[in-house]
Order: sequence, then C-alpha cells, then structure tokens
Amino acid sequence: MSATPGSARPPWTLTATELIGLLRSGDLSATELTQSLLERIEQVDRDVRAYITVTPERALARAAAVDRARAAGEDPGPLAGVPVAVKDIIATKGVRTTAGSRILDNYIPPYSATVAERLDAAGLPMLGKTNLDEFAMGSSTENSAWFPTRNPWDLGRVPGGSSGGSAAAVAAGEAVWSIGTDTGGSIRQPASLCGVVGLKPTYGLVSRSGLIAFASSLDQAGPFARSVADAALLLQVMAGRDPRDSTSLPNPVPDYSAHLDDGVEGLRVGVVSQLMGEGVQAGVRQRVQEAITLLGKLGAEVGEVSLPTFDAGIDVYYLIAPAEASANLARFDGVRYGLRVDGEDVAKMNSRTRAEGFGAEVKRRIMLGTYALSAGYYDAYYGKAQKARTLIIRDFARAYEDFDVLLSPTSPTTAFAIGEKTQDPLTMYLSDVCTVPTSLAGATAISIPCGVAPEDGLPVGLQLMGRALDEVTVLRAAHALEEELGPMPHPPLWGSPSE
Amino acid sequence: MSISKEEVEHVARLARLALTEEEKVLYAEQLGRILGHAARVTSLDTEGVPPTAQAIELANVFRPDEPGKPAPSLTQEEALANAPAVEAGHFRVPRILEAED
Repeated sequence: MSATPGSARPPWTLTATELIGLLRSGDLSATELTQSLLERIEQVDRDVRAYITVTPERALARAAAVDRARAAGEDPGPLAGVPVAVKDIIATKGVRTTAGSRILDNYIPPYSATVAERLDAAGLPMLGKTNLDEFAMGSSTENSAWFPTRNPWDLGRVPGGSSGGSAAAVAAGEAVWSIGTDTGGSIRQPASLCGVVGLKPTYGLVSRSGLIAFASSLDQAGPFARSVADAALLLQVMAGRDPRDSTSLPNPVPDYSAHLDDGVEGLRVGVVSQLMGEGVQAGVRQRVQEAITLLGKLGAEVGEVSLPTFDAGIDVYYLIAPAEASANLARFDGVRYGLRVDGEDVAKMNSRTRAEGFGAEVKRRIMLGTYALSAGYYDAYYGKAQKARTLIIRDFARAYEDFDVLLSPTSPTTAFAIGEKTQDPLTMYLSDVCTVPTSLAGATAISIPCGVAPEDGLPVGLQLMGRALDEVTVLRAAHALEEELGPMPHPPLWGSPSE
Repeated sequence: MSISKEEVEHVARLARLALTEEEKVLYAEQLGRILGHAARVTSLDTEGVPPTAQAIELANVFRPDEPGKPAPSLTQEEALANAPAVEAGHFRVPRILEAED
C-alpha cells in the first residue's frame, strides 16, 4: 500500500517510515499527525486502556514547534514530528510518573530520563505515559495498581507485560511507536502477544538514567514499532553513552538502518532446542517452524543448537531479579517522595507505607529477594544463581561459535485470558522462559510477529537473539524475515480505516 | 520446600513490610513453591565457576567530582517538591530515637 496524500488511510495507520516521507515533503504536518493519534486514543483507549496519562497539550506544543521549524527552513531532525508513547516507569519532568504503583500516585519527577530527553530532542511529540505491571514486575500488565490493559486483538485477553501499555498502544493505532523497558522479557513478550515488533537492546547500550530501577543489572529501555525498519530508527535515537549512567557503554553507535536490506544469505541461524519443546503451544510452534523454513529459503544456514542451562533460566532470573529489586525498592520509605502512611516511629511509618503502597506481586518479589539475600541463604540462592548466570553466558558463547543469531518463539503461548494466571505466580513466571536467558547474558534480542496461531487467531512472536552489541545483525535478519512473511494482519479493533 | 510463618515474619521485618496475617500465610506457601522450583539452580554444578554480577565488563568508571556535572543538581525546592512532609527546608520524619527522660 502506498501512503499518498489524499489517500483514504488516516495518518495513525501508517508506519513511521511512511510518515517521515509525508512530513518531509510537507504533505502532512506534525500537528495533523499528532491530532490524528490523539483522536484515535480518544476513540479506542476507553476499551484498550493503554495509557495511564495522555498529554495532548504537551504533544501538540512539540508538534507545533516541529512544524514551525520546518516552515522556517530549519531541519528539526530526520524523525521529527512522529509522536511516541512512553512507559510510565521512565521519568518525565513535570509529567506524573507512577511506575504503575500506588506508592508513586502523585509523583512528578523533577528531571527527565535521558531517554525521554533524547526523544524530545529528536522532535518526537510525547503522546502520554503507558500502563505497566507495577514497577515492571509482571507478564500481563494486570499488576498495574490502576487498571489492566487489554489486548487489542481480543479485549478479554492480556497484552503481555510488563510493557503492555506500550505494546497495546502501537497495536491499536494509538501510537506510531513507543518505548518500553525489558528486564526479563518485558518488551519482547508483550510485542509478541500484541503482534508488533519489540527490541531489547544490549545492556549498557541505552542509558538507564531516569528509569525507575527494578533490577539494575538487567533493566534496558527499547523500542516498540510496527516494522523492523521503524524499530531501527527509534533505537538510533535512544542508543549511546550517557555520562549520567556509569554502566552505559562508550562504544560507537552504528547506523542501525544501513544494513537492513543486506539479506540473510549465509547467515548461520541456531534454533534453540530447549525453547521448542513441550510447553510450546501447537500453533506457536507451527508458525515459528514456517518462519524457519522461510529463512532457509532465503539462504540462511539453519541448524539446531542445544543450550542445556536454559532449562534453569527462569529460576536463575527469579532469584537475581527479585534480589536486586528488594534492594532498589528500599528507597520507597515514605520520606523523600511518594506515599507516606504515618506511624509512631520511623520503622512503623516505613513498614505501613510500604504495606499500603505496594501491590501483591511487588511485595512477593521483595520478600523473595530479601529471603534470597538474607544471612544463611545468600550462598545457597543468590550466590548460586550468580554462578549459574555465568554458566548461561558460557552456553551462549559456545552457541555463537557456530551461529550468528539464535532463534526461538518469544512466548510459549499466544495471549492468555485476563485473570487466567493471577492466582498462580509460578505459572505467570514461566511465560518468560524464552526471554530471560538473553537478559541474564546482557545481550540483545528482537521479537517480530510471524502470523497468527491457527487455533485462536492471535499473534505469534518469533525471537531472534544476537551477541552483545550485534543489534545490526539481529535487525537485518528480522527485516529479511519480515519482508518474506508479508504484512501482518491488523487486530479487529483496527477497523477498516481505508474503506 | 516449606517456609515457616516465623521465617516470613523475619523477612518482612528485614524488608520493612507490615504484612497482614492472610499475607503471611499466602507468602509462606508461595515463596515455598517458588523456591522449590528454584531447586534446579541449587542442583547445578557450579564448582569453580565465578559469579556474574553484571554481564557487561565495565569496571571503575571514574569522573571528576564537580558540582552540577554531568547533570545539573536539583535545587532545594525541587528536591523537596515530592516529599510527604517538609519542615524548614528539610524532610520531616517521625521520631527515630526514644526520649531520654
């Protein structure tokens, strides 16, 4: 489909790559585009509930500034004018930022995350702040203190999590692209369940300054988009060393769009046998197998690879991430910001504030992490998990001697029903089985849609994992596969805007 | 694996969480099951394997200690703006020490 002026397709239906052309040629203004998205939010967000906060005045002001710059013959930047949605765990100066938690109900950050500053500097109007599992802890967005977000493909199902709002916003046409964070799969899994593209960058590639911390050795912000090319463009804006984050990497940032069309001829693709086993839904396995066949047809050398330590990935992750979380969340003490529930002394005030401010899953992870770090259990749990993390990294290194990228489903199932897994935390944790190994290794991975499962008509996501800092190869392989798979159908909620 | 109510109470004290009786029972059961699942980790052979605290090898990142760099400092007003209780330019908290008399 071409995106020509006067075409019946409203701007909110187009990809960023299409929109950039229209904005540059003057066939569309940033203000018109932003209006189109705000109207779309008005129209569908009462059903989807992707946003906690919508910021129309702010978005329109930024769009108007981009339009003025273009009218004055200035260059506002290559992506300027394409609106973006931002997960509500990323600090935005002057805009309420809750992390999906009651404890931050009234929190107005006094500074912006580096990521948010970079989006603004690139001229991307921020449409609002998207819903998430409280403090990014969850796989369904049901742990939000405010409300669950619904999957645009089926409003009775979850969008995945924790960045469910950012994924659903893109899938429902309420944002062209968006930002999420990924600690154990929180970008990739919701991308999979909502039928959009989601990329988890290498740890250290994107600044964590201003991200409300969950697990500091794992957290990374990354893009959601409707195409691999769009994801590459948004990553370009986010990536690069930041003096405000001492763990951000000094390496030069490559051009993520330059090699998208190089194809997969001769690329060695390893299918991870541990992630294609019994727990995988039949329709998910079928679509992933078809995609593997397509990669072979395109000239990739596809083989199977065994990474035995992946079987312990979930357990390693659910010891390390809660341990780090229990330390990070100690800052919510009712003193400097957020909720306070009074008590006769400081300890009682702290304990009551945290009891009332945190939801069930956050308390569970704080308890789990505190236990794993406590005297007498540290070596058996946390220490042991850190050593197992080394074994997982070694497994990856061995696999990358023979392969350039590794492949698996992103999620073992399609989107599950709202309420289906909330009573059983362990079952919920197991939905992260395919995504946690990459997180523990600090490497990169992308989820791209590969059709819908025959049995339920819901999106299936395919994960391509790469070496640390090899986003270029991962994006190239994902783009080649996306082209060959052809256009992903839109969710029913999309309607028929071109007719 | 089972976790006792006393262990839950101990951990909750360490984590500064005032749990209800129902929560204590629930978390004892759930933590037991989650840690039971994690037994797969405890059975791995990690003899001589070094721990990984973070996956990317960056160590000792130094910078000069200069006010306002690399980001401008918050003003006192900005730093206090989100505080639940403020007095005379300070965070106000309940009593920490018992009175002497």
